[in-house]
Amino acid sequence: MDLRYSEADEKFRGEFRSWLNDAVPAYGDPPPPHDWPARRAYDTGWQRTLYQAGYACIDWPKQYGGRDASPTEQLVYFEEIARARAPYVGINFVGIKHGGPTLIAEGTPEQKARHIPRILKGEEVWCQGFSEPGAGSDLASLQTRAVRDGDHYVVNGHKIWTTYAQVADYCELLVRTDPAAPKHKGISWLILPMNLPGIEIGPLRTLVGEGEFNELFLEDVRVPVEDRVGAENDGWRVTNVTLRFERGTAFAAAIYSQQEFLADIARAARQVTRDDARAWDDTALRKEIGHAQAELDALWAMVKMGVSESSKTGVPGIAGVAVKLLYSELDQRLGDLAMRVLGRAGLSRDDVGGLPSKRFLATALKSISLTIAAGTSQIQRNIIAERILGLPKER
Amino acid sequence: MDFRVTETQQELRNAVHSFCRTRVTVSLLHELATKGGFDRSLWQELAELGVFSLRRPEARGGSGLGMAEAVLVFEELGRCLAPGPLVWSHLAADLVGGAASGAVVVGGLDLAGAAPAPYLVEHRDALGVLLILKPDGVARLDPKRAPVRPVATPLDPLTPLHYAEQLPDGDRIAGADAARRLRLEGATLVAAQLLGVAEATLEVAVSYAKIREQFGRPIGSFQALKHMMADMFARQELARAAVYAAAATLDHPEVGDVERAVATAKLVAAEAAMKNSRACIQLHGGMGYTWEVPAHYYFKRTWVLESLFGTADEQAAILAEKTAAAP
Repeated sequence: MDLRYSEADEKFRGEFRSWLNDAVPAYGDPPPPHDWPARRAYDTGWQRTLYQAGYACIDWPKQYGGRDASPTEQLVYFEEIARARAPYVGINFVGIKHGGPTLIAEGTPEQKARHIPRILKGEEVWCQGFSEPGAGSDLASLQTRAVRDGDHYVVNGHKIWTTYAQVADYCELLVRTDPAAPKHKGISWLILPMNLPGIEIGPLRTLVGEGEFNELFLEDVRVPVEDRVGAENDGWRVTNVTLRFERGTAFAAAIYSQQEFLADIARAARQVTRDDARAWDDTALRKEIGHAQAELDALWAMVKMGVSESSKTGVPGIAGVAVKLLYSELDQRLGDLAMRVLGRAGLSRDDVGGLPSKRFLATALKSISLTIAAGTSQIQRNIIAERILGLPKER
Repeated sequence: MDFRVTETQQELRNAVHSFCRTRVTVSLLHELATKGGFDRSLWQELAELGVFSLRRPEARGGSGLGMAEAVLVFEELGRCLAPGPLVWSHLAADLVGGAASGAVVVGGLDLAGAAPAPYLVEHRDALGVLLILKPDGVARLDPKRAPVRPVATPLDPLTPLHYAEQLPDGDRIAGADAARRLRLEGATLVAAQLLGVAEATLEVAVSYAKIREQFGRPIGSFQALKHMMADMFARQELARAAVYAAAATLDHPEVGDVERAVATAKLVAAEAAMKNSRACIQLHGGMGYTWEVPAHYYFKRTWVLESLFGTADEQAAILAEKTAAAP
């Protein structure tokens, strides 16, 4: 039960920190969130900067350009990124955290050679084509069809929640290759180049307004068979290999940015004056801020527990399942706190009265998605109840 | 960093766990609930197990272990609802002669917090020494000399109380630094007991939900109840991380802000115990509202523990100031 980082971890921290101290101010401020070409340039440029300094994809194996960073080194990495308020992966998220690791684990030598170095250097952006209008929590019931025609698959279907499709070069696409097989057994994983004929991208207007989500309409799109990753009909297993890369750090960056948000809320509360008192003087509000702080610190300790477990055993502890449930619900409470501090200024999504409405509302509205995306809170609770607590299935 | 329970620590925990499982049974709790809540022979056995001397230096007859080991022991004591002023006697091991061996039962009052009055002394009839913790130091006094009268019906039938209008100053035995340290350690050990309560209530609820049938099925198959228990699990794990982090920070203060880690542990563990013990009663349906089913003991003990070494409200206030001070 020891929270002291090793000397090697602290050495890595020192080097990375001093690099960030110069690199972050030199890189400049991010563009407006909906200027997609500018965001692509900004995020891929930062990725290239990281790559040149040897800090890109540190969790990847050395032979693929990573550092084989241990889970604790990854924690140090997140702590330092947060401390320096440095950019994080941004639109490179799918390539770095999902597509790339999947190719490393399951790709052919040709697939790896074609994509891995380019993802690493920020030359190639990926998006994710998993969910469909009829396949959300029950993802394995997806219906997008891929029919073999010589050395191509002909793909027809409709994907939704395709993050960053508007700037992506490739899509990790799940398709049904055997409609007769049980639903988990008839799925394949394809690399879909986004410039093929028959692909139509429609921005999905969410409750936030504009954003990173899209719909993807696929009509007779011809994907070379050589772009399939893993065996035909083995796509469900291929999808799950990325879990092996998840070493208890999946939500570390998100939890760290919550810390920033909470500190900003507290700062705003000390500025706002209502009825001749600062919002901060409201004991109830202050205690809720303290309460949220406790949960955030406890969550970070929980991440450290999972990371320690995976450092030794290769897999994070079972309790890690609860991290997603807890952090997503906490995020929404932070959103409520932000709204309470803003008061009527929170009715404006542009800054008014010197308050950071724009940023607070963007975070508060986005938080609504967190209990839905990547497994709804209800699905997480079923998993905890059945797999951890051993409670009987409902039917 | 290796933020896990080591094998040696696990062995220690297992030893306390199996002792508690066989010795501090539900029937013992029912029996003690009618007899005033304290069991002298159990106390002696706990002393022999090392509960009080655990962190005392080896040179003075203790085991020389740290807070990391102590929280595991107190987690188990909380889980089985072991009665008595366990935390105070443990804190007094190196301050009051006879505390470590169990010969002298030491209780205490924390007057360093926000709302010390009314003065309610726990387990007064069992005490040899009463410690008084104030911001400027620690004093000891003879509990028999304090003008107290018994509370006829304490909330927790296993935690008898005496009420005092005023208290003598007593003899000063330690200064402000020691008082501060004892309060942080006390809060952490109480948080560990609360974690134990959160675990016990989940365990009891899950076993009941697997066997109790309604509408021809085990009630544990109903999603509404499963989700309650999943939330109990999530709260338990959050509390575990917070409590262990507080212990690790007390053992090695260079890893963080001790006060912040302890406030977090106490707040999060109290919330887990409070919500889990309520949920445990609810999951038992009508039986949960009876005296016979021990679910209410957990709930009542939680209120006792929550009141010690800074309530959740006090901890939240401390933490809010920390958040505001962040750069």
